[in-house]
Amino acid sequence: MLSLTGLMTEKDGFSALVMGNHALARAMAEAGTRVITSYPGSPTPEIAEALGAVPEKQRGYYFEFAVNEKVALEIAAGAALNGHPAAVFFKSVGLNVAADSLIQLSMMELPGGMVVILGDDPGANSSQNEQDNRHFARMAYMPVFEPATPAEIYVMYKEAAALALARRAPVFLRLTTHVCHARGAVNFGALQAAAPDWSPRFDVKNGPYVPITAAVFPLKQRALEKLDAWAQYGERSALNSFYEAAPAGARRGAIASGLPALCLLEAVRAAGAPVDVLKLGLTYPLPAKLVADFLASHEKVYILEELDRVMETEIKALAFDRGLGCRLHVRQGHAELMGEMTVARAHAALGAVWPELFPAQEIKARPAPAARLPQMCPGCGHRSAFHAIKKALPPGAITVGDIGCHSLGFLPPYNMGTVLFSMGHSVSTAAGLALNNGSRKVAAFVGDSTFFHAGLPGLINAAARDSDITLVLLDNGTTAMTGHQPRPGNGELGERINIPELLKNLGVKFLRECDAYEQEKLSAHLKEAMDHKGFAVVIARHPCMLKFMRDRRRANPGLKPQQVAVDQAKCARHYACAAEFACPSFSRHADGSVTVNAELCIGDGSCMQTCPAQAIERKKDGV
Amino acid sequence: MAYNIYLCGVGGQGIGLLATVLAQAAYRSGLDVAACDTHGLAQRGGVVASHIRLGADALTPLVPEGGADLVLALERLEALRGAALYLKPGGRVIYYDTAYQPVSVRRGQASYPGADEIEKELAYLRGIVVRVAVEGIADPRMQNAALLGRLAALNVVPGLGAGMIEEVLKEMVAPVALEENLKIFRSAR
Repeated sequence: MLSLTGLMTEKDGFSALVMGNHALARAMAEAGTRVITSYPGSPTPEIAEALGAVPEKQRGYYFEFAVNEKVALEIAAGAALNGHPAAVFFKSVGLNVAADSLIQLSMMELPGGMVVILGDDPGANSSQNEQDNRHFARMAYMPVFEPATPAEIYVMYKEAAALALARRAPVFLRLTTHVCHARGAVNFGALQAAAPDWSPRFDVKNGPYVPITAAVFPLKQRALEKLDAWAQYGERSALNSFYEAAPAGARRGAIASGLPALCLLEAVRAAGAPVDVLKLGLTYPLPAKLVADFLASHEKVYILEELDRVMETEIKALAFDRGLGCRLHVRQGHAELMGEMTVARAHAALGAVWPELFPAQEIKARPAPAARLPQMCPGCGHRSAFHAIKKALPPGAITVGDIGCHSLGFLPPYNMGTVLFSMGHSVSTAAGLALNNGSRKVAAFVGDSTFFHAGLPGLINAAARDSDITLVLLDNGTTAMTGHQPRPGNGELGERINIPELLKNLGVKFLRECDAYEQEKLSAHLKEAMDHKGFAVVIARHPCMLKFMRDRRRANPGLKPQQVAVDQAKCARHYACAAEFACPSFSRHADGSVTVNAELCIGDGSCMQTCPAQAIERKKDGV
Repeated sequence: MAYNIYLCGVGGQGIGLLATVLAQAAYRSGLDVAACDTHGLAQRGGVVASHIRLGADALTPLVPEGGADLVLALERLEALRGAALYLKPGGRVIYYDTAYQPVSVRRGQASYPGADEIEKELAYLRGIVVRVAVEGIADPRMQNAALLGRLAALNVVPGLGAGMIEEVLKEMVAPVALEENLKIFRSAR
């Protein structure tokens, strides 16, 4: 089964090697989940890739990318209130955006049930932190399922969705980057034959649904009772598993969950160590009896976790409460709270307390070659914009970045956007930096998808206060970083929103716009905006060229793009193209010459204006 | 012991197809497969990697550092990095010899390695290095077919035959690009 359409539409059961995110999408279809929503964010977008592989008319589910995670969660919750099984998925930090409504969910009877799928990112592979969302479960009174493999994602989603429906409750399915993107064998079941029942079943009798002042307490009471029921379920759930060392009767044990538990198990087996392993799949509420029995039957137990000391704290409290004499070992030091678990780290962690079982493994560090940092693509409008803006900024200016491809502007050689918190923060953070700041000008950047996601409230505030900042809106018409999902109002999704008109209606008085390739014009706009006393917006627009070229190549597989070349007779070796504009298409050689890499150049020509010697020219062939 | 393959390249080179073909071919050959791709930020011109582990001992998908039996690289600098960080002593590197300079090289702050530096690294690790380069590949994203072709011909992955790799390649590649990919795949063998 190699096509996603096949994976999603095959009626009968089958086995296949699939990515975790794709296994999840199939599980949703099999489980009869009716409403699925999201905002794109790594490591989760491939779930949508699979959901989208089914022709719209054949889908048993409704799917949408909403404008942000909070909106996505609310749409799914609304559907669940109406009796439709619902799910929402987003990346780790997306939960912060969704939290205001998420925190209410466990107090509500959700007749459809709801699965909140988190793509946590230990190792911060594609995120601005590695926040451990297990903490949220404690605050939200929601159970947490933690699968370790694509096969477990499939099984746990179906179990979580069925239980959420039966208990009319929300649950967390917590994935991590290398569980989402792992590929493994999965045995799939059949699709449901029943046609979706879309009848609206919202009924206030299932409520109350308005938790205000004293009305909160009966709802909170119900949420706590449901949590107790989840704890009971966890004690007997097959999702928690015990791996006994051979020969039986080991005096040492170790506890872990999710993928870290498999790292632990692999390390234990590779070392041939007499250590029993308790792998938790339902990690919150902690199955107290199961864990206490494991502690009571071992003399020493290592609690191996990834990221924060969540399970560790609870297990220590449990051991104390029950007066268990088992010696508990845990990770030591700050370094152990960072990055993702690996087999080698599991081995080293256990080796720190049981060196005779896990002898130190030495890997000789080899000198690493030149680093390769991510960068903007050939032809990217953001590169052109940053190149132009950098020239126009007054000395001492502070630049505030935001989330998206343009975040990469903070790297050399641009060094633009030198503060970053979260989606849409840039306008307001810049407004704060500008307060009573008489000497240093402040500019903020935001991409178009982020602008709609969370930038709007800050922009309205800045316009109303006439904050003395310049906002540069880098509009490439798509959510590029996560794989070109449509954003509202770009014509692909809904009626086109006229961003300049929108800004004017929101009270923006100073507005300039141009194509990001028009570098001189953009520099002039920016100078004018920075000189302007009060809130100024400059729109630098250019379509995402990665998407543009992909679409062109798809339409014309033999496409040979037009390219540029460096005229070696004219080149005066300023290196403005290779070092300052720094398009990846330029190569700088040991003899000092610069050439164009024909494998990378797309012939956009945005570099030509950067050469002081006018040595970059269009080649004659290509289209 | 699991057989570990570490695949690497530069974001945009199409490492996903390479990894998918290999993993699916291994799965269809009856091998136990645990694999994992890189997605997200690094796809923008950064280092992209994919891991494939074959065998029942591999419960987790990431190849350990210094634990790869085979490093498959789509670019020269990444071949060197992959070998330095991941290759097991006595392992094998197969790489496609094209050069994408990182920004530090374009800014004159670092040098780009020659093919001899990979030879040196491999000599240190007592490994084998195979350089692949095919003339006249129109679309650089088809270089992965050349790498796959050479890998298939060398028959180095235990239990994975060239025929199965070709069979999966045929199913994976879009019909419009299939003929060209197969031509490159076969010519590299």
